[in-house]
Amino acid sequence: MKIGVLALQGAVAEHIRSIELAGGEGVAVKRTEQLAEIGGLIIPGGESTTIGKLMRKYDFMDAIRAFAAAGKPVFGTCAGLIVLAQRLEGGEEPHLGLMDMTVARNAFGRQRESFETDLDVKGIETPLRAVFIRAPLITQVGDRVDVLSVYKDEIVTARQGNLLASSYHPELTDDYRLHGLFLDMAREAAGA
Amino acid sequence: METGTSRVKRGMAEMQKGGVIMDVMNAEQAKIAEAAGATAVMALERVPSDIRAAGGVARMADPTIVEEVMKVVSIPVMAKARIGHYVEAKVLESLGVDYIDESEVLTPADDVFHISKSDFTVPFVCGAKDLGEALRRIQEGASMLRTKGEPGTGNIVEAVRHMRLITGQIRKVQNLSKDELYHEAKTLGVPYDLLLGVHETGRLPVVNFAAGGVATPSDAALMMHLGSDGVFVGSGIFKSDSPEKFARAIVEATTHYQDYELIARVSKNLGTPMKGIEISKLDNSQRMQDRGI
Repeated sequence: MKIGVLALQGAVAEHIRSIELAGGEGVAVKRTEQLAEIGGLIIPGGESTTIGKLMRKYDFMDAIRAFAAAGKPVFGTCAGLIVLAQRLEGGEEPHLGLMDMTVARNAFGRQRESFETDLDVKGIETPLRAVFIRAPLITQVGDRVDVLSVYKDEIVTARQGNLLASSYHPELTDDYRLHGLFLDMAREAAGA
Repeated sequence: METGTSRVKRGMAEMQKGGVIMDVMNAEQAKIAEAAGATAVMALERVPSDIRAAGGVARMADPTIVEEVMKVVSIPVMAKARIGHYVEAKVLESLGVDYIDESEVLTPADDVFHISKSDFTVPFVCGAKDLGEALRRIQEGASMLRTKGEPGTGNIVEAVRHMRLITGQIRKVQNLSKDELYHEAKTLGVPYDLLLGVHETGRLPVVNFAAGGVATPSDAALMMHLGSDGVFVGSGIFKSDSPEKFARAIVEATTHYQDYELIARVSKNLGTPMKGIEISKLDNSQRMQDRGI
């Protein structure tokens, strides 16, 4: 199963590595035409303002919306989660606006407040090591959204059908189980 | 729950990859940089070319400038401390800056020792012009590296020299045998286990950006072509004719560094870049890259 990682800015190589550890094939996606060749798309961590700007510039907005509407899975981590959200706190303009959730950016504070911790995630048997870097939080979700994990009562992993989002960076550890879960979503969508 | 771990500090730099970090001197410039797509800003009192022109001792910026910049942007804010100036770094950490650059652009406070960076929760970026400097800075606790280049010159040749030297040295280390590796560690003046890591992985354990002399979109793309993970632009933006245009064009050229038609397009009608200095015209005492080895 070929999974694309949106390569406009951010931690692209790490996601490709995790996808390959989980048994998939990872490719960097720089152009909209490449979406036709992949079974799932990861929007990586990075700076959401930069990624959002470049997505608009290179026509990724409608292309990714069409990709998701066709049932293909999309996974956003950290900045990627922000990009997926329908609502951003502070009145910022949303980007893809695909997931029925409200997101607060930099919700834990500045870099000195960044941390790592063990996290229980629904569908993954033992806790996952989660690295939170200037991480966002999901402050509210709609009915269609399944909450997969909470940290100190705040939502940090969520799924809405073929869309998956995490506040933290599963790609910065050797634990590729969340990528495995995403690969399963992609295989299911492809009918394999 | 643990803060300030090496994964958290190095990971923050990973999130900057493929991005452009811009020097800014006030809130207005910070907003221009963020709007142009910068992944972070470096808050300074003066950009390197002005530091050169002014002479005298260059120190950490006034905290007012740093706080003013932190207030107006949502992207990470970095700030510079003098080499070896533990207290300037602690002051910046207390302000809540997201990354500290222990920088040769400022006048060194200690001509022997660098800051012991592993003592901090906030991550550090340091300059390096060869593999020895790179691994020594990592041993001291740097979570991100950048080439030194020759700051404030608008001349890319030194950054190119440093990036080529580091990647060449990494290739050489990859091909050494175990016994040769010991000798190489001694020659480079670096810890054996860090060198062994380079030998085994063929890369540095932290992100390495280009810095020092980037003045045009093509300069940024050249550094990416040579293997940089991203680009710092110092004087190149706000010393150019049209900072907004230069900033946007450099961001696009960094993302699509192999798309030459795109680089040609974004390079059109940019106006005059910063003037620049021929390196051989610099007196030895004016070479910032020789500070902090």
